[in-house]
Amino acid sequence: MEVTVKTAQQLRLTEEEFELIKQKLGRTPNFNELCAFSGMWSEHCSYKNSIKWLKTLPREGGRMLVKAGEENAGLMDIGDNLGVVFKIESHNHPSAIEPFQGAATGVGGIHRDIFTMGARPIAALNSLRFGNLKEAKTQHLLGGVVHGIGHYGNCFGVPTVGGEIYFENCYHTNPLVNAMSVGIVKAGETVSATAEGLGNPVFFVGSATGKDGIGGASFASADITAESAEELPAVQVGDPFQEKKLLEACLEVIQTGAVVGMQDMGAAGIICSTAEMSAKGGVGMRIDLDKVPTRQQNMKTWELLLSESQERMLMVVEKGKEQLVLDVFEKWDLPCSEIGEVTGDGMLRFYMHGELDAELPAHDLVLGGGAPQYTREYSEPAYFEKIKAFDASSIAVPEDLKATAEQLIQLPNIASKRTVYHQYDSMVGTGNSSTNAPTDAAVVHVKGTTKGIAVTTDCNSKYVFADPYKGAMIAVSEAARNIVCSGGLPLGVTNCLNFGNPYDPQVYYQFVHAIKGMGEACVKFDTPVTGGNVSFYNQSPDGAVYPTPTIGMVGLLENIADKMTLDFKEEGDVIFLVGKATDNFSSSEYLHKIHGVEFSPVPHFELEEEFALQQKIAALIGKKLIASAHDVSEGGLFVTLTEAGFNRNLGFDVTAADNTIRKDAYWFGEGQSRVVVTVKKEQVEAFKQELGNHPYSELGAVTNGSIAVDGADWGTILSWKEKYDTAIEALLAGHESEHALTAL
Amino acid sequence: MKFGIVVFPGSNCDRDMQDSLQNDLNQEVVMLWHKDKDLSMFSTEDCIVLPGGFSYGDYLRCGAIARFSPMMESVIAFANKGGKVLGVCNGFQILCESHLLPGALLRNANQKFICKNVYLTGVGGSGLKIPIAHGEGRYFADEKTLDALEANGQVIYRYCDENGNITAEANPNGAIRNIAGISNKEGNVFGMMPHPERATSAILGNTDGRAILNSLLINAAVTI
Repeated sequence: MEVTVKTAQQLRLTEEEFELIKQKLGRTPNFNELCAFSGMWSEHCSYKNSIKWLKTLPREGGRMLVKAGEENAGLMDIGDNLGVVFKIESHNHPSAIEPFQGAATGVGGIHRDIFTMGARPIAALNSLRFGNLKEAKTQHLLGGVVHGIGHYGNCFGVPTVGGEIYFENCYHTNPLVNAMSVGIVKAGETVSATAEGLGNPVFFVGSATGKDGIGGASFASADITAESAEELPAVQVGDPFQEKKLLEACLEVIQTGAVVGMQDMGAAGIICSTAEMSAKGGVGMRIDLDKVPTRQQNMKTWELLLSESQERMLMVVEKGKEQLVLDVFEKWDLPCSEIGEVTGDGMLRFYMHGELDAELPAHDLVLGGGAPQYTREYSEPAYFEKIKAFDASSIAVPEDLKATAEQLIQLPNIASKRTVYHQYDSMVGTGNSSTNAPTDAAVVHVKGTTKGIAVTTDCNSKYVFADPYKGAMIAVSEAARNIVCSGGLPLGVTNCLNFGNPYDPQVYYQFVHAIKGMGEACVKFDTPVTGGNVSFYNQSPDGAVYPTPTIGMVGLLENIADKMTLDFKEEGDVIFLVGKATDNFSSSEYLHKIHGVEFSPVPHFELEEEFALQQKIAALIGKKLIASAHDVSEGGLFVTLTEAGFNRNLGFDVTAADNTIRKDAYWFGEGQSRVVVTVKKEQVEAFKQELGNHPYSELGAVTNGSIAVDGADWGTILSWKEKYDTAIEALLAGHESEHALTAL
Repeated sequence: MKFGIVVFPGSNCDRDMQDSLQNDLNQEVVMLWHKDKDLSMFSTEDCIVLPGGFSYGDYLRCGAIARFSPMMESVIAFANKGGKVLGVCNGFQILCESHLLPGALLRNANQKFICKNVYLTGVGGSGLKIPIAHGEGRYFADEKTLDALEANGQVIYRYCDENGNITAEANPNGAIRNIAGISNKEGNVFGMMPHPERATSAILGNTDGRAILNSLLINAAVTI
């Protein structure tokens, strides 16, 4: 078939990109070659519209063992000859079309990124966004996504230890499914995604290749429209049992010393893994595609190159050690075929039945090589005018604060998500220490050591929508705050940048300013960005999603016994708010969901103030001066207090410490940089001394279950817990929808 | 005594069981591969454990394929000789599929996977806090079998509340008569859906599982 610019456009390449390809090759590509470029130069693989800004993020730091973006995931030193490997990635587009498989393969893909580096995954998290929970479509998507995550993760056998779910109308057509995995590797057992050594054999291991997921990378690089459902073949199908075997086989084969380099096959399948491994090693490969095990007959060259069938790895093996590799995969009953060899001229040559079907320079295909890098225009979003016009005095303080609080605690963004997380195995691996002793960030034991890894995902996208720069700073700050409140030292970040269409200057404005804010905050907390992914085109004809730069952060506890928990411990303990109360309730759940005001400024936040707060909290924990620490986030101070009471059914008697602040702002505002702590009576003096000039206020005391606010009786913790626990279940059960049951 | 833990390709609680028995309970443990058959190093005083997980993917019925594995042939023979066998979660499902234990494990009443702490009453204590994590853990058998199990004292664990009361609300998966674990008539084969091995480490803040593993197996003086 003749390849023209029209063919290129059908493959989602632009006219300019087609010209560039011809220039690089010195000829017109054939269809197979054009398909290879289409996958590799897609937004998803090439980061062509984001890389210039991503490079401005802090990407180096003392504990980093590989540079950002250099390997499949970030790798940081945690001492004792161990490293922590972690990454977050999106699977938004597939999940919008086929939520079960979309989410399942998202989980599978992120775990592969971890064990392809030689690490054993010990924890999984997920950060999810959906539309209004009352909508049947949302219930369908939520039900499918949660089932998919559970199906894959539970069988694969890695605990889901944390995450977040938000419901906002802007995610109605474009749900976000971001999955994170954290693993541990011994020094000296890491594997690089690099091809080296002329003549070394190239192995294909794992599942056979089918036609699923073809064009997935370029599918993920376009808006979602009514026709998107027709792209169903672009969605992959997962098999967690295969992946479990692949994990064990890969970790075992590394022990044989036969592995030179390894990379998982995710987006753009064989072409991506061969190109990236070759480009990094400065070599080429000769590949016989007919030696790739397939599960469908007569697959064409381009289909084999682009298939995103799951649970597959490309492995370069030291020549002469082939049998060691074959034996391990035989033991685990997994396909393992030698499909080619490493060559010296930097060219990828793909043969089919002896015919050369595609010949491509590896370097020209990849990010940092020949892939295009664009500078995009941006301009201030028009909706900022509405934000500037917000007038807090137009909102009346509710007469019945208790009734408002009851509404607040039952909002889907605040209420318990137990109906979701009970479907995830959160305890397999016997490392999750937060099940029985809740913490702001999940704390997972590193077996064989005294260490703990604290891990969290955070992003309040409403704040980022209100102010991309400060909102992204808050996302980083909240992640660090959660880790600090759990007794951990923040180490590093992986980010998942979910935005709308980058060709829309107002969307790109959000992206640019979020990166700036994120970078500054990461520098402040000394948490370099070790990697992650960018997901643009989370946009439908109704518009873009809120800018959602999800932060996955990992922290370290040298001794897991020193972890700090979030729950009140004992009646009589004194409750303090560390941090400054502000007369501010903008962008709060209270303002948005109770008063229906979507456009308002970002909540109070100053980076220096936040940093000082975290230093103080770390010192208080280090000196054992507090009995609990829980940061103030969605829902504000009152919700934070109730959450701290739930675990032991303890209540609180509190009084606002500042009468110049509106009551609704005081109890429901979401001003940042605040933590609720409890202190034993006998330690109050030492506690105050340690805080020195840092702002704090005494709120009251822990009770045996009764709740009193500003002198009024607000009932018991059990009645609040009942409302909090059952709100989402009641909402789904009470809704006339065939999807309500599956969503539960 | 020593323990043998069978590793199926989809087992994912095998290492947790090993950690628990070796590090928390100071027992000798040997890992056994599903393709092997040799149990000659074990006497009937010893115990073979079938751990939790998804033995062969469990795409058919949970445990339905594992039953036919080479190692299971030997485990069945070992059990029939009087050797101790414990199946936890997927292991319990395999024991029922192998007919070493009566009854079957059906999909949970709410049709969903459930992972959380529940409370058990039975061998080793009452109101023991132990995690469950299963999609198909609803124990079922016909009335005659159930009556016989109860008459023989073969119901070794039931779901209960924190205070040991056996109530419908405390039953997480709809198991008939709140049954969480049973033994065979001879008292050498035990199956349970909850995971005692997930509750033996002080670091995790719950050691109630020690009472179960100790009284059921290690201290051996089981009177049921």
